[in-house]
Amino acid sequence: MTMLKEGPTPRIMMQATGVRKSFGALEVLKGIDLAVPHGEVVCLLGQSGSGKSTFLRCINHLERIDFGRIRVDGELIGYTEQNGHLREMHEHEISRQRIHIGMVFQHFNLFPHMTVMQNVIEGPVGVKREKRSDVVEQAQAILKRVGLSEKVNAYPRQLSGGQQQRVAIARALAMRPKLILFDEPTSALDPELVSDVLDVMRDLAESGMTMIVVTHEIAFAREVADRVVFMAGGEIVEQGKPRDVLGNPTHPQTQTFLAKVLV
Amino acid sequence: MSRQQSDLIGTDIDQTIDLPIKPARHPGRWVAIAFVILLTAMFVHTLFTNPRFEWSVVGHYFASDSILLGVRRTLQLTAIAMLTGAGLGVLLAVMRLSPNPVLSGASWLFVWFFRGSPLLVQLLLWYNLSALFPDITLGIPFIGPDFVHIDANVLISPYVAALLGLGLNEAAYSAEIIRAGIISIDHGQTEAAQSIGMSRGRLLRRVVLPQAMRVIIPPLGNDTINMLKMSALVSTIAVPELLFAAQTIYTRTFETIPLLLVAVIWYLIVVSILSVIQYYIERHFARGSSRNLPLTPLQSLRKILGFGPRGLTSGSDEKGSAS
Repeated sequence: MTMLKEGPTPRIMMQATGVRKSFGALEVLKGIDLAVPHGEVVCLLGQSGSGKSTFLRCINHLERIDFGRIRVDGELIGYTEQNGHLREMHEHEISRQRIHIGMVFQHFNLFPHMTVMQNVIEGPVGVKREKRSDVVEQAQAILKRVGLSEKVNAYPRQLSGGQQQRVAIARALAMRPKLILFDEPTSALDPELVSDVLDVMRDLAESGMTMIVVTHEIAFAREVADRVVFMAGGEIVEQGKPRDVLGNPTHPQTQTFLAKVLV
Repeated sequence: MSRQQSDLIGTDIDQTIDLPIKPARHPGRWVAIAFVILLTAMFVHTLFTNPRFEWSVVGHYFASDSILLGVRRTLQLTAIAMLTGAGLGVLLAVMRLSPNPVLSGASWLFVWFFRGSPLLVQLLLWYNLSALFPDITLGIPFIGPDFVHIDANVLISPYVAALLGLGLNEAAYSAEIIRAGIISIDHGQTEAAQSIGMSRGRLLRRVVLPQAMRVIIPPLGNDTINMLKMSALVSTIAVPELLFAAQTIYTRTFETIPLLLVAVIWYLIVVSILSVIQYYIERHFARGSSRNLPLTPLQSLRKILGFGPRGLTSGSDEKGSAS
């Protein structure tokens, strides 16, 4: 567990090196290298099947990788280093690592039998064993920040999709994660509810949260992302400042994709 | 409305527009109602006129000490067998779903045996266990000193044999019910719980099982009612439950029918009570699954009678606006 020192070079919050992953005979990730420094907002773009969601799910070990290494804040994900070899981690050690990595899902995945407040405090109280009264206070502040202080005692099914997704973001934030992964957070929403969620994400980005966002919202990527990464066929084919990649794509795959999305 | 106007927009006024509408006729229903009333009348008539029902005998024994003791023993057997069955069932279901092939295989084998052979045979096997293992010892296998040494005839009393038979059989059935409940929960719930660092145990306790309960409770309630009735089987191994108590009396007095009626009435009473309890448990676990909970029977009765706004605006929604 080596921590990278804060110094002149910014601390790297997520570093992937040569990440490969297959489902059966199908290789969905063919060697991904990516480093995300502290505070950066990275948007992963690409067609369905390009491997971007799979890569995101590898970062918090929801998917096991076949080759390569992933480090979050310097700590190797899924393995412990001991006298010259790596040992695969036990389930509970991986759980401990996931505490630092927030995740927001396409279909929200709130716990339907718990109220909004219970959803948000479940992690800090139940997993991190923090003091309940403190957590409730923080949760109220977070829910206010995402504009849902009126809905503390509602059940998820009583909320709109946009509200549910904002609760899911609050649930991730309550863990005080080092970075948050967003897996197509607005794809399951009605068009008129998308902007509420994007507003919350923009606010998060401005507050300096490290974010890796798989999305189809090109406008959001252009406006909020520090960097866009374009994936095709399990590889990163192009990356850079949104202005450059989105305005003046060089790779033919990026050009066809953007031509389809931007009509 | 003028004729020319409707001509202008290309429609004609329907000739039947002013005729009143009456509901459809159902002559068949009246025939069915008459038939059912006739059968009911015949049944009630025979209840009151056939002296062989011996209602006075039914009344005499209905609340007698030995029958009440039998009812209590039946309830006790049902409760203990269901609790051990459901508890073991959770364990077996989790084992079956485990990625560890040894655990999942062991669970499969257990269910295969206890679901695959008749309950009556299992009860007889447990009852006669001492014929197979006269001594039961606790110690280090094959080599060791034995710490505890018990005569099987003492340890496996009829009551213990009954509990083993009913409980283990129920475990096999409830394992399948609980497994079905667990796999009915969307995998996204597991991933969300993992993403906030939940352990497997907590995930099961806090996220999966509470939601699976909605799927598990109805068939498990069914099993409870079934268990109550199946417990009559243990009368064959001389456990003094309700049926055995009735049998003990009628082998002495030859009042067979009235005492069987006593047993049937008691079974019906207990099953009815269990059904009401099941309704309320289901309602409890419906939390969050629909926007409004269904009314309880009491609440809907109030609604029909038309008093009390108290019970109607389902209060749980209102009490929680935060600030």
